[in-house]
Amino acid sequence: MRVVIAEDLYLLREGLVHLLRAHGFDIAAAVESGPELLKALVEERPDVAVVDVRLPPTFTDEGLQAALEARRRVPGLPVLVLSQHVEQLYARELLADGSGAVGYLLKDRVFNSEQFVDALRRVAGGGTAMDPEVIAKLLASNARNQPLARLTPREREVLELMAEGRSNAAISQRLFLSDSAVGKHTASIFAKLDLAPSDDDNRRVLAVLAYLNAT
Amino acid sequence: MESRVALFARRSAAGMAGGLVLAAFGLALLPVTAVVTLLMLLSVIGLVFPFPPAVRLSRWQARLGRRITLAVTGVDIDEPYRPRPAPPVRQPDGWYRADNRLYKKPTIPAYTQRLDWLLKDPATWRDLLWGIGFPLGAAPAAAIPAAMLLYGAASAVASGSLAGVALAVAGAALGPWTLRAAGLWNRALLAPTQRARLAGRVRDLAESRSQEVDAQAAQLRRIERDLHDGAQARLVAVGMTLGAAERLLDTDPAAAIALIGKAQEASATALAELRRLVRGIRPPVLAERGLADALRALAVDSALDVTVTIDAPGERCGEAVEAAVYFAVSELLTNAARHGGATSAAIDMTVRRRELTVVVRDDGSGGADPARGSGLRGIERRLTALDGTFTLDSPPGEPTVATLSVPEALAPEHDPEPEAPERAAAPSPSWNLRRVTALAGACLLVVLPLLLPVAAYWLVPALAVPSWPAAVTTAVAAGGALLLAGGIVGSVRRA
Repeated sequence: MRVVIAEDLYLLREGLVHLLRAHGFDIAAAVESGPELLKALVEERPDVAVVDVRLPPTFTDEGLQAALEARRRVPGLPVLVLSQHVEQLYARELLADGSGAVGYLLKDRVFNSEQFVDALRRVAGGGTAMDPEVIAKLLASNARNQPLARLTPREREVLELMAEGRSNAAISQRLFLSDSAVGKHTASIFAKLDLAPSDDDNRRVLAVLAYLNAT
Repeated sequence: MESRVALFARRSAAGMAGGLVLAAFGLALLPVTAVVTLLMLLSVIGLVFPFPPAVRLSRWQARLGRRITLAVTGVDIDEPYRPRPAPPVRQPDGWYRADNRLYKKPTIPAYTQRLDWLLKDPATWRDLLWGIGFPLGAAPAAAIPAAMLLYGAASAVASGSLAGVALAVAGAALGPWTLRAAGLWNRALLAPTQRARLAGRVRDLAESRSQEVDAQAAQLRRIERDLHDGAQARLVAVGMTLGAAERLLDTDPAAAIALIGKAQEASATALAELRRLVRGIRPPVLAERGLADALRALAVDSALDVTVTIDAPGERCGEAVEAAVYFAVSELLTNAARHGGATSAAIDMTVRRRELTVVVRDDGSGGADPARGSGLRGIERRLTALDGTFTLDSPPGEPTVATLSVPEALAPEHDPEPEAPERAAAPSPSWNLRRVTALAGACLLVVLPLLLPVAAYWLVPALAVPSWPAAVTTAVAAGGALLLAGGIVGSVRRA
């Protein structure tokens, strides 16, 4: 699987390169600025890109802008955005085109290489990977939402994991539940939130995120 | 639509009536002025004690003068007085010091301070000048148009002279102008001088600066403590845990791995703490995208249903302005949710002519009071330091509307050439002009009362035996004097 990495700090960039090589990824390019990133994304057409939000030359949200621009030119290009902080506003912008294949994680998540690589593969496969902190903020800003308040604590846990972008299988593993139990919970969540049920994991995640972002 | 004649009649009637009111007020002030002058003269010959009451009386009459000027002529006059000095502070040794002398009780130092305050304020002496000049000069002068009208009308009725009619019309035409001139004359003496205005501004700036500097020092202290107790301590723990793991690696690999896991956890916690700290210093969206998007991010993160309307050019505001407004809006939204019981809010941001205005409305139950909430006071302090204003309208039981505005909010353009410093150092040329016009005004003060008996000398026999040369001469003299006065007042104002 071919990856483009954009990160301006040398140590972190090299760390990511080593980590991904060790997990069998093929590094197509490792760049350190916004314009370079856009060029690499459009020319290399990687299977997935790992992008830092803040990049030179402006040290603003250069990386995010380059990723969004590349996705405008190459629709559905899988991008995993890494940052020192997570903002709902940016998560919304990444999810706005509704095509999925995006991730938005805190840089700390790289610590756990298994989970990080898992998230990267999910994004490359067209799924989503949202940081638990994004989901926590999303739920906090939905504090007044009546249907959400009716969920049971277990259903809420399932919802959180689903919003992060995990498949039913991953959720059942994580919560030590059987597949059918998770299926029952998701059906109940979709009924309570008045969403159309779907068997496709990705589409279900996007529906949940769209629901949480709508309010 | 009002016809021109009716408009003219209304204006001149108002002008003459106002002039008569001012004249009556001036007449009523005469005894007060006499008392003030007498008390001040007493203090000149060495009796200090009558001075403060004299100033108090003089200020009272000047305040009355300002209010009546506003009511009658529409000329708004600010108060020029310096703020009252702070009470004397007791020294550590228990004494009070004033002018290199020590006192046991604060009474005498307080008194000398007060005396100093009254004596050194130029407004005290300008008030006095006005107290003498207004009843003797400006007030009678303001009544001249009415006198012209009355005399002209009387002579026209008595003898049917055309000159009488002309005089009456001239008086009516002059009415509004005289009144305005009298108002401006009052302002020239009763309003703060340019220097007093600047001194007041320097005082305000010094105060807001010292508050801001204190607040920043406090914030730095807080950040230092947070770093010291938080991230720094955790990193020490990470280092120690890794050291222990290294020692255990050969003997007990399982325990070493557990320790490494712990170290990783501690480093994640340290990162989370640093993130929180950074958010409080300079929020990431603000740094990356500017105020408009930072406000949108606040709206998204808020538990309230917040709508954001932005009407601003793409240019970014100054960094300090952005940060102050961002934290202010964040505080207001938190307050609305926590104390006001609001469910929705609206943020309106506009930039017009380099002035930034942000209005935050919520549908809560109001009752917010800057005097009680330290957060609201902090907002006010930060905005004041940027020359901005913060107004809060929060009646109990009703929605709250907070308005923040900062003039000159846009980021300064980077000008490679600094302004020539020698230009600022050159003496201002208007200084001499002001001296000259002030002197001319003082001369007029003397001339006008002298002119009045002359005019009366002409007027009284003319009333008895209407003779039109006398009436015309009087009118010309009075008109000339008024024009002169108006011109001088105008130039004083411009200066």
